Amino acid sequence: MIQRLWQRVAPVLSMVAALIVLWYGAAIWLNTHWAEDKAQRAGVTLTTAALIADTWSQEKPKLPAPHQVAHEIWKTTALKKITSKRSLIHHSKITLSSTLLGFALGTVLGITLAVGIVYNRTMDMSVMPWVIASQTIPILAVAPMIIVVLNAVGISGLLPKAIISMYLSFFPVVVGMVKGLRSPDHMQLDQMRTWNAGGGQTLWYLRLPASMPYLFTSLKIAMAASLVGAVVGELPTGAVAGLGARLLAGSYYGQTIQIWSALIMAAMLAALLVGLIGVLQRITLKHMGMA
Amino acid sequence: MGWLVIGLLAWLGGWAINIRLAALPKSRLTGLAIPVIFGLSLVVIWESMVRGFDVSPILLPAPSAISVKFVGSLGILWQDFVQTVVKGALSGYAIGCGSAFALAIVIDRFPFLQRGLLPIGNFVAALPIIGMAPILVMWFGFDWQSKSAVVVVMVFFPMLVNTVEGLRATNMMQRDLMRTYAAGYWQTLLKLRLPAAMPFVFNGLKVTTTLALIGAIVAEFFGSPIKGMGFRISTEVGRLALDMVWAEITVAALAGSAFYGSVAMIEKKVTFWHPSQRG
Repeated sequence: MIQRLWQRVAPVLSMVAALIVLWYGAAIWLNTHWAEDKAQRAGVTLTTAALIADTWSQEKPKLPAPHQVAHEIWKTTALKKITSKRSLIHHSKITLSSTLLGFALGTVLGITLAVGIVYNRTMDMSVMPWVIASQTIPILAVAPMIIVVLNAVGISGLLPKAIISMYLSFFPVVVGMVKGLRSPDHMQLDQMRTWNAGGGQTLWYLRLPASMPYLFTSLKIAMAASLVGAVVGELPTGAVAGLGARLLAGSYYGQTIQIWSALIMAAMLAALLVGLIGVLQRITLKHMGMA
Repeated sequence: MGWLVIGLLAWLGGWAINIRLAALPKSRLTGLAIPVIFGLSLVVIWESMVRGFDVSPILLPAPSAISVKFVGSLGILWQDFVQTVVKGALSGYAIGCGSAFALAIVIDRFPFLQRGLLPIGNFVAALPIIGMAPILVMWFGFDWQSKSAVVVVMVFFPMLVNTVEGLRATNMMQRDLMRTYAAGYWQTLLKLRLPAAMPFVFNGLKVTTTLALIGAIVAEFFGSPIKGMGFRISTEVGRLALDMVWAEITVAALAGSAFYGSVAMIEKKVTFWHPSQRG
């Protein structure tokens, strides 16, 4: 058991280690120029060791070293009060709430559309192509307009960001659910018919349960997309709050360490949320006898 | 009031025609006509709602106003298109997909790399990579090179994961057959495994088309020369010139659909044997 686990984890761990080594190396390479510049102006020549030490501890490096980012995250999460505007937890919470709201809206919209598409031929033929076409519009590019316009109408705060998240997350749910609701084969549908089950009963007792594996797979994609939507939705509000605002503020002031810490925080948030859905998936499918 | 009635009529009329058409046996014509009618009635409803309710053009311009603006500023739109789509998105798409494809073949050769890199690739594919945009803009400057770099990072991992999965798509029987033919690694790769991987590869290529456009446009929000679709969108939003913004969105939608459509068409030519293409 442990050996099998080790066999799966060891390659991943060694790759992660290799990546971190690569990251330190890249930090030396990218930051050398600035370090040498500084030394030249101060009129000193740096030994190799001092040069490396300098590249890993600059204030505004081109590429901060991993420990600098880790330190920044620790400083802005554990050592700051949650209510403080400098606390990353505060910003993560704002991003998280619009992510979740958008994800919920998108899931409901997606499932509703999927049921309509499966049960109504007209809807299938007229809406489905547009659902696919809707994704070729780079909605993230339109995000600033949506935010600004909704602000002008008087809707501000959580909802505009959630709408962008919704737009990104409903698509995988529609596609996955249409596939899932159609996954029962003819035999099973005929069986329902011999039991004289109506449309609603077929949906509830056969199609919905059969679509669960598809639903969870789509939900994972939808959650990741929803987070991206929320982060980008925070850009045009003028860097008020949220992880996206931290990114923008960092890029305005050249605070690379701040950018990277917001980025890593967003990554951890994504991993956490997707992992949570994975756990739900395992529990549900086990409960239904499907896994 | 009159406009609202027209909008309502367009809605009911379009829907009625579509119900009729959907009842007909499925053919290429109905498959094309129904979504077109649906889209057209949506545009008519939009136009009449804007006119009927007298919506301010600062909030939502009418389709007619957008098309007038579109035709009137073809020069700017073309310049932005070249800057963002041709220079930024397409170059990044080619580099990103090409290198991901090459790396996938290397990974496939070494099981250790596969077990180590695939979970990481899957993880990274789910991350908000677009957040890398400000960093890459800082590294590569304001011009299209940084946009191209953002696109490379965005398309790389979905492409990698799909290709690796595709290379695993052959079954034991098929590989054994190649062995009985005394085929070497390269022959097996070229004659069996790469063709079998093509549906997955094209899946990756299709998914990444929209990512490429998004990456190129959003990267421009973090700094760009005074042209480009993302630059235009963010500055025109600031001036509340929404008809110009919608004209850019139209360009983006057209470019996205054409991009996706052409990849899908190549897919049809290459993977004609796959069940999903024969239906």
